[in-house]
Amino acid sequence: MITHDLVILGSGPAGMAAAMTAAQHGLSPIVIDEQPAPGGQVYRAIETTPVNDRRVLGQDYWSGETLAKGLHHQNIDYQPNTSVWQLTRQRDIGLLHHEAASMIRARRVILATGAMERPFPIPGWTLPGVMTAGSAQILLKSSGVVPNAPAVMAGSGPLLFLLAAQYLRAGVPIAALLDTTPRGRYRKALPYLPAAVRNIPTLTKGLGLLQELRRAGVRHIKYVSALRAEGDNQLERIRWQTDGQDTWESLETSTLLLHQGVVPNTQITRALHCEHDWNEQQLAWHPRLDEWLMTDVEGIAVAGDGGGIVGAQAAAIQGQLAGLGAAIALGKVKSDEGNRQAAQLRQKLARETSIRPFLDVMYQPALQWRLPSDDTLVCRCEEVTAGEIRRIARMGCRGPNQTKSFSRCGMGPCQGRMCGLTVSELLADANQQSVEATGYYRLRPPFKPITLGQLARAAEDNQ
Amino acid sequence: MTTRVVIVGAGFHGCSAAVHLSSQGHQVTVIDKAYAGRHASGVNAGGVRRLGRHPAEIPLATAAWQRWQRMTDLVGDDCGFRPVGQIKVAENDADMQLLADRETQIRSLGFDHEYLIDREELRRRIPSVASHCPGGLACDGDGYANPYRTVTAWRRRAQQHGAIFHEGIEVTNLDSHKGGWEVTASGQRFQADIVVNCAGAWAGTLCERLGEPVPLTAEAPMLMITERLSPFLQPVVGATSRPLSFKQFENGTVLIGGGVRGAVDFQRDLAETRLDGLAENANTVVSLFPFMAQARIVRTWAGVEAVMPDQIPVLSRSHTHDNVIHVFGFSAHGYQLGAITGEIVADLVNQAEPSLPITPFSITRFQDA
Repeated sequence: MITHDLVILGSGPAGMAAAMTAAQHGLSPIVIDEQPAPGGQVYRAIETTPVNDRRVLGQDYWSGETLAKGLHHQNIDYQPNTSVWQLTRQRDIGLLHHEAASMIRARRVILATGAMERPFPIPGWTLPGVMTAGSAQILLKSSGVVPNAPAVMAGSGPLLFLLAAQYLRAGVPIAALLDTTPRGRYRKALPYLPAAVRNIPTLTKGLGLLQELRRAGVRHIKYVSALRAEGDNQLERIRWQTDGQDTWESLETSTLLLHQGVVPNTQITRALHCEHDWNEQQLAWHPRLDEWLMTDVEGIAVAGDGGGIVGAQAAAIQGQLAGLGAAIALGKVKSDEGNRQAAQLRQKLARETSIRPFLDVMYQPALQWRLPSDDTLVCRCEEVTAGEIRRIARMGCRGPNQTKSFSRCGMGPCQGRMCGLTVSELLADANQQSVEATGYYRLRPPFKPITLGQLARAAEDNQ
Repeated sequence: MTTRVVIVGAGFHGCSAAVHLSSQGHQVTVIDKAYAGRHASGVNAGGVRRLGRHPAEIPLATAAWQRWQRMTDLVGDDCGFRPVGQIKVAENDADMQLLADRETQIRSLGFDHEYLIDREELRRRIPSVASHCPGGLACDGDGYANPYRTVTAWRRRAQQHGAIFHEGIEVTNLDSHKGGWEVTASGQRFQADIVVNCAGAWAGTLCERLGEPVPLTAEAPMLMITERLSPFLQPVVGATSRPLSFKQFENGTVLIGGGVRGAVDFQRDLAETRLDGLAENANTVVSLFPFMAQARIVRTWAGVEAVMPDQIPVLSRSHTHDNVIHVFGFSAHGYQLGAITGEIVADLVNQAEPSLPITPFSITRFQDA
C-alpha cells in the first residue's frame, strides 16, 4: 500500500482551498472527488456547467472559479470520479474508481465532505415528483435541467430562496413558495443581528434574494404549519395548513421541492468513532474539533460544513487552516510562522461566521418538521414510519442502534443518511431524554456500496 | 434454597444462565457495562451449527440443538431460528479428503449428524455453487437465527422470572464478604452468594482479580452484508480450508463472515474492520459463487469475541473460589451453545452433577501447565 503525505476528501470550497494551501507550502496533496469535476455542491460543475448565462446561477456561484483554478496546481493530484468506501483510524483509505477498488494510506487526512440536506419527512415525501431543492439545484448546475411545469417549493432556509431566484432568472415558473419558518422567528433571531452585521455582504445578499422573489410576484405562503404530498403512484397535489389552523388548502402540482436547511455530513467521522456533540442551535451532530480543526483521531482533520455549517466562504478559510496545519505537521512550515498565519485565518473566520447564529435561529426547523406524524415514513430504505419508532420506544428501545435490531430502521443502502437525525430526535422525544444521551447510529463501512467483485479484485491487486 | 447470584455480562450466555437460575427461584442480578447483546452475542453471524464442532463440544452442541427446536416453548419467541441446514463445501480433492476424514471421525465418536455429499447432491442443494466444487459435508437441521432478537427474548424471559438487569454499569470491585461476594459496579453494591463470569472478551479481567489468569485474547471476526438479492440459497454455506460463512436471509440480504479478523480497539470498546481481510473474504465468496461479484455490500462490521488458545470455552467452577462459575471464551462459535449453557450453570449453582460432560472446559487446563 502506498503512503501519501496528505489526502483530501472532497473538492468543495474547503477541499480546494486546503489543497491549494498545502501545495503552496510544498506538499503534494491528493484530492479525492466523487464528482466528475471540482466544485463540491456549492460550486458544482463550475468548470463544465452548460448554464452559460452568468446571471442565472449568480455571482456567488461564479466566485468559486478562482478556487477551481487553484486546483490545477502542478503539485496537486486531483482524482475525479473516485469515491471513498472506507477510511480507518489508521488512515487506510479504500477508493473506488471506474469499477476498480484500491487502497492507499495517508499520514494526514483532511475530510472536506461538506453538508447534506436535513431530512424533511412529511407524508408522501417518497412519491415520485417530490425531491429536495438541493437535488433540483444539482440538475440545474450540472445539466441545465429544470422542471417542465410550475414547481412548488416548500421549507425554509437560504438555499431554498436561492434556488427559487435561480429558477426565476432561468425563466422557470414557481407555482408557490410554502414558507415553513414559524411566526415570531425574526424577533427570536433579532438579538443575533448586531453580530451578523460584521458580515454585511452575506446579509445584504440574503435580503436581496427575498426582494427579488417579492418583485417577481411569487406566491409566498407564510407560516405553513403542516404539509402533505398526495397522489396515486406520483405526486398530484399538495395540501397544507398555516399558522396551526385546522383548515387545509390544496394545490395541484407535479413537482414539489423540499428543503429545511443543511447539516454536516458526519458519515465518515461517525464511522471513525470520532467524538461528536449535539449542537442545540444547529440541531445537528458536530464532530469535536480543536483549533486546528483536528478530530480526536490522530492525523484526521475536518474542514468546511462537515464540521458544522459555516457556509462556502468560511469553508474555504477552514480549508486553508487545515492545509496549513498539515504543512506544519509534515514539517513544511515552522510552527511559529504557521501559528502567525493561523491567527490571521482564525480572525477572518470569526468575521465570516458572525452571521451564523442569526441564520441558525432564524431558520431553525420547527418541531413538527423534525418529529413527524405517525403515518410519515422515516426510514425510506426499510420503510419504517415515525409511528413504528414511537412504538418500539415504548417497548424499551432507547437508542438508534437498538432501533436497527427492532425494525431494521437505518440498515438500508443509504446507511441512515435519510433517517438518522429524525430517529435520534424521535427517540429522544419518546423516551424523554436528551438527543445527546440518545446518540446516533454506529456507522459501518462501506460509506458507498461496493460490489464483492470490486472488493475481491482489490485483494488481488494488493498482493 | 434460594441463592443470590450476580451474573457479570448480559450476552446470550449471561441471559441463558439468568433464565434458568431465576426460573428455579434464585435471586438473580445481571450486570452489563453496555447493554444486553452489545458485543459478540448481538452482532455475530447467527449460525446455529453443530457441523464441524470440536469433539469436546459435540455433546453440548447436540443438546443445544434440541433446545433450539423448542425455542418458542422456552422463551416465547423462535429467535428467528430457521433450520435450513448447513453445508461445508469442498473446493478441491484435498478438501474432499479432509471432509471424508471428518465424517469418519464423527462416526467413531458415535454421532451421525454430519455426512458427505457428492458433486451432484451439492449442486442439487446449492444450484449456484461454482462448478469446480467436488462435494461437501452436510448437517441437516442446522441453520441460522437472529442474534440480537435471541438475546432480547432470553433477557425478557429472565426478567419475567424476576431477574434484575443493570445495564451501563461496569464491575470495578469484587470483594469477599461473609462467605460470598460484594460486587461493586460503577458505585453500586451488590451482595452475592455466587458470581457467574459471562463477561466475554472482558472475562479475563475478572479471572485476574480472582488470581487465576487465563490466556484469553479478544478478536474481532468481521462480517459483511449485501443488498437484497432474489432468493438463490437455502442452506448456510461454509468453506473447508478457508474462512467462510455464507447465508441468505428471508429478506434477500446475504451475510458473509466466517472468521476473517478485524482489529479490536479495547480503549474504545469496539472493533474495526480491516480492508485486506474483507477483500480476502470477498475473494472466497466470488470464487465459490461467481455471480456474487455483482452484489453490492451495504454494510460491514466486526464484533468482539473472547478466544482461547485451544478454541474451546471455559465452562467450569473457578479453581481458586468455589463460589465463582466461569462461562466465557467461546472462541467465536458460542452463539448456538447459549441455548444450553444456562442449564449447566444452574446445575453448578445447585451443586448437582452437570448432565453433560464439561471436564474439557475446566479453567484448570490453563493452570496445570
